[in-house]
Amino acid sequence: MIDLKQTKLHSLHVAAGAKMVPFAGYNMPVQYPLGVLGEHNHTRAKAGLFDVSHMGQCFIAADDGTFETAAKALEKLVPASLTDLEPGQQRYSQFLNEEGGTLDDLMISRLGFEGHTHKLYLVVNAGCKDADYAHIEKHLPDGVSLDIKDDVLSLIALQGPKAAEVLGAMNSAVKDLVFMTHTDLPLTKTIWVHVSRSGYTGEDGFEISVKHDDVEELTKLLLAHDDVQLIGLGARDSLRMEAGLCLYGHELDPSVSPIEAGLIWSIQKHRRSADAGYLGAARVANDLADKSTKRLVGILPEGRAPAREHTEIQDMDGNSIGEITSGGFGPTVGGPVAIGFVGRKFTKAGTAVQLIVRGKPRPAKIVKMPFAAHNYYRGA
Amino acid sequence: MSTKYTEDHEWINVEGDIGTIGISPYAAKQLGDVVFVELPEIGREMDKGDEAAVVESVKAASEVYAPVGGEVIAVNEALEDAPETVNASPDGEGWFIKIKISDADELDALMDEAAYKTYCDGL
Repeated sequence: MIDLKQTKLHSLHVAAGAKMVPFAGYNMPVQYPLGVLGEHNHTRAKAGLFDVSHMGQCFIAADDGTFETAAKALEKLVPASLTDLEPGQQRYSQFLNEEGGTLDDLMISRLGFEGHTHKLYLVVNAGCKDADYAHIEKHLPDGVSLDIKDDVLSLIALQGPKAAEVLGAMNSAVKDLVFMTHTDLPLTKTIWVHVSRSGYTGEDGFEISVKHDDVEELTKLLLAHDDVQLIGLGARDSLRMEAGLCLYGHELDPSVSPIEAGLIWSIQKHRRSADAGYLGAARVANDLADKSTKRLVGILPEGRAPAREHTEIQDMDGNSIGEITSGGFGPTVGGPVAIGFVGRKFTKAGTAVQLIVRGKPRPAKIVKMPFAAHNYYRGA
Repeated sequence: MSTKYTEDHEWINVEGDIGTIGISPYAAKQLGDVVFVELPEIGREMDKGDEAAVVESVKAASEVYAPVGGEVIAVNEALEDAPETVNASPDGEGWFIKIKISDADELDALMDEAAYKTYCDGL
């Protein structure tokens, strides 16, 4: 058995009655006594607090001290445009292999704090982080360096309609952040954080990068608020599924291009041609043009039976047209929801399909995602 | 009338040759919030250990196995619209199926309530 790593909040999770499970090499809370359903609903109604310290955090900066050099270097590895990022701006993107398959998906921010705006801050998936760091190191040119912060920084997320009020009580400046922006600020006299207005639930909220030494104190301060409840990986999954957000290892893997995964919105127009200059650009351009490639869609099963990952999707004539990548019960929807890949001609919302659950075909239809409306804060 | 338990946390309550089958409060708690129950068709013959039903929580699907063999004579249709009954009353209104027991001797291999409690305490 592999030794599982623990986050700095491990004893706090255990004391809160969490059920701990192995996840991406870490011992992580899958649920607390409130249960997945209750935690999901709490996050949609108030504010959920997630320990996501297993995720990888790193910085990329150039020796010449310019943002442009660092951004240009990372632009060779991701489809997103980075050189045009303003200080404090954040973008979602993917690391691709040479064939345009997805190695990981990640958040990229340009720091907004004066004196640091030449730096890029990355948050990558726990299960991919070691491979990501090796991939970055391999491809960064001389004069641009990777600074891994996993020995120093924890990461927590506060998500839900009450998140801004709760965090704003500690420092009202967080209320001025809009969705997909990032800054550095103090939350108490002694606790400084990197904070971005983003998340993985479809709700308004924040991801807060904080020193290992401060994370327990900050977590306890947040939990002291009546509206804040610890939320485990179980509800994190049902929340992101209803929000139509990809999960690496399910929707994304080294064979899937970002175009197939419906992530074209994360690739700026001038980055969509085969000669855009990043690893995998040819595949991105090809999959945009090639009608034979598959696409990720939302699927709403009729009735109450959930259709889980790897469930076969058939057309109404019984021909196999794809497979579900994530599926389960959506508490906010009040019924089963699923995400999966189908051929291009089956992607239209309203298309009737059938899902083969335990050998029996069950009716379902293709729907537009998200399943639960996003509640991002884009400005007053 | 007596209730017997399996190591997979099913219970069977026996009256004459009719057995009512459900899952224990321990199992219901471990599963978490039940959102769907798939029940067999009436008339199906099953052997001890066959899949009798499927219970789905938010997280995952789990099989419920027949504690003893028999023919399905009733299913709890109320679970279709109210699967949460399995959590609220696992050993009462949250029953799954009734069977006509084919071989009562198979009951002897199951645990009684005291033995099952000891078994759960050891988990």
